[in-house]
Amino acid sequence: MQGLVDIFKPLYDLWLSFEAFMVGPASPGLLGYWIVIALMMTGFYIVIAHDNLVKKIVGLNVFQVSVFLFYILMAKVTGGTAPILAEGITQYSNPLPHVLILTAIVVGVATTALGLALVVRIRNAYDTIEDDEILAVEEEEDR
Amino acid sequence: MTIFYTYFLSLPFAAAIEPHLPILQVVVPLLCAPICVLLRDAKLSWLWATIVTWITFFIALVLLGKVLASGLIIYELGSWPAPWGIEYRIDAANALVLVIVTAIAAITLPYAKVSVEKEVARPRIYLFYLMYMLCMTGLLGITTTADAFNLFVFLEISSLSSYVLISLGGNRRALTASYRYLIMGTLGATFYIIGVGMMYMMTGSLNMADLATLLPAVDHTRTVLAAFAFVVIGLGLKLAMFPLHTWLPNAYAFAPSAVTVFLASTATKVAIYALLRLVFTVFGGTDLFASTDISLMLIIVALIGMFAGAFVAIFQTDVKRMLAYSSVSQVGYMVLGIGMATAAGLTGGIVHLFNHAVMKGAAFMAVGAMFYVIGSVRLNDLAGIGKRMPVTTAVFLVAGLSLIGTPLTVGFISKWQLVQASLALGWWYVAAGILLSSLLAIVYVWRVVEVAYLKAPPEGAARRSEAPLSMLVPMIVLAAATVWFGIDGDTTLRIAGEAANALMGPASGGKP
Repeated sequence: MQGLVDIFKPLYDLWLSFEAFMVGPASPGLLGYWIVIALMMTGFYIVIAHDNLVKKIVGLNVFQVSVFLFYILMAKVTGGTAPILAEGITQYSNPLPHVLILTAIVVGVATTALGLALVVRIRNAYDTIEDDEILAVEEEEDR
Repeated sequence: MTIFYTYFLSLPFAAAIEPHLPILQVVVPLLCAPICVLLRDAKLSWLWATIVTWITFFIALVLLGKVLASGLIIYELGSWPAPWGIEYRIDAANALVLVIVTAIAAITLPYAKVSVEKEVARPRIYLFYLMYMLCMTGLLGITTTADAFNLFVFLEISSLSSYVLISLGGNRRALTASYRYLIMGTLGATFYIIGVGMMYMMTGSLNMADLATLLPAVDHTRTVLAAFAFVVIGLGLKLAMFPLHTWLPNAYAFAPSAVTVFLASTATKVAIYALLRLVFTVFGGTDLFASTDISLMLIIVALIGMFAGAFVAIFQTDVKRMLAYSSVSQVGYMVLGIGMATAAGLTGGIVHLFNHAVMKGAAFMAVGAMFYVIGSVRLNDLAGIGKRMPVTTAVFLVAGLSLIGTPLTVGFISKWQLVQASLALGWWYVAAGILLSSLLAIVYVWRVVEVAYLKAPPEGAARRSEAPLSMLVPMIVLAAATVWFGIDGDTTLRIAGEAANALMGPASGGKP
């Protein structure tokens, strides 16, 4: 019997460290922020690493969405409702960052639209939307 | 400067308008821009843009006069008091930047008319002037606002319109240059709002003066440290601080000439102003600037940028791109002034902001005029241009001498100020860096001068083919300003000194 317990001991240790994590300084109470960071890095990586111009724009969108989420999360008050003046509402989330991020969403939409419009023009001019192929053409021109 | 203010007060409607000047500075071009779409005509929209821009220039001069006469102006939008509502604050620092932006915008428009007609497809010209005014609105908004998030909104207004302006260039590479600027610019602006969000998390405020008083209490937290890093990097992208400058050379080289003149003289300057405001006013009460070695980082980055920009400029065959790399180098001098973080160093950085706007404007105007006449600005095609276009080439020569930092030009005033500031700190190697990088400037300016004056014009070229008068006059004005403020550096140095005090002084909420 003890042998069986020993086999599962590592799993139990893992569980213990999971519990420690849950109450620790990086607990899933901060899960939202972990998602923000994951999205931010994903988007940033796509912008840097992809050669396809449309994918770069998508990466930029993911990057910006992470920031929207960041603002929305920071304004959330646990147990708070929407900030409406009504009977029985005593605790509500901070509306200001939500409003701020509406502005940033509009800016993001405008940037995406402009970026995609540029990609259409680039495709007409170069017959490709791959950054490495465009760079090759441009280096040829420089010579 | 105060004469504009006294003249304004003598106008019949002055009493009603005077308190609202700070907001009019931004709102007038914003509301007037869409009218271009209704006009739809190339000439009419040019005329409209010119009238509006000269009015904003006048407003900026009045504001500078008022600030110099009576100090800080505070304007509450919609009469909401400061930490809740957005407020606009104008002191010597942003009044000076307002004058730079509007002056360059106003003087570029007469120049732009024929240049744009040649380089932009006629049905799109009215859109050009629409975007031009919106871009100016954004830049003026960044400069006047005292609200950290409002700054982001104006940053994006100016950025989005400048992407469009750049993409209007004739060469297809203008499109890729604009696209790359869009990616980098959006990353920069997003970094900036991440930083602002973190500051808001810790303080619950977005007002710059309010932030300045609240931040010192939490300046030891990692969140504020991260906010500081995000803001500096984000704005560093917008101001083309080395090594975040990669979008700049192609954007300037392939944009229409008038856009290059305008953006090169104003856009990076306004971003530098924003960095100054954030670092010295918002974070002025904390000791982050000293304790994080960011000052050392900025100085190293500035020195590398000064040399790398000038070095790469030497090898360019396209004169527009050569001047663009020279801008990377010149931005280094301004960042150097910020990095010194003393009143004298900041004065040098700020006065270089003004001086570089003037001389780079003149240089790009001259190059744009050459492009207008001979259709190319590659070095090989410029042979003998000094004989064919004597006035234009003379303007380029004056601007080039100023880029080097020759005495009697504005470039000398600011470099001298920076050298003195670095010697006052005992940093002789920084002073040596300023002088050595100026030697590199001699090389790239000489390459153009050699081709222009010492080589014979190509066979069959017209002997005398000067640019039209509407292009010549603005560039002569800027060249004259290069010499005028080079001989009389006291006025600009005094205003820059006041601007440095306004940024670092206790009146703005910073450290005394």
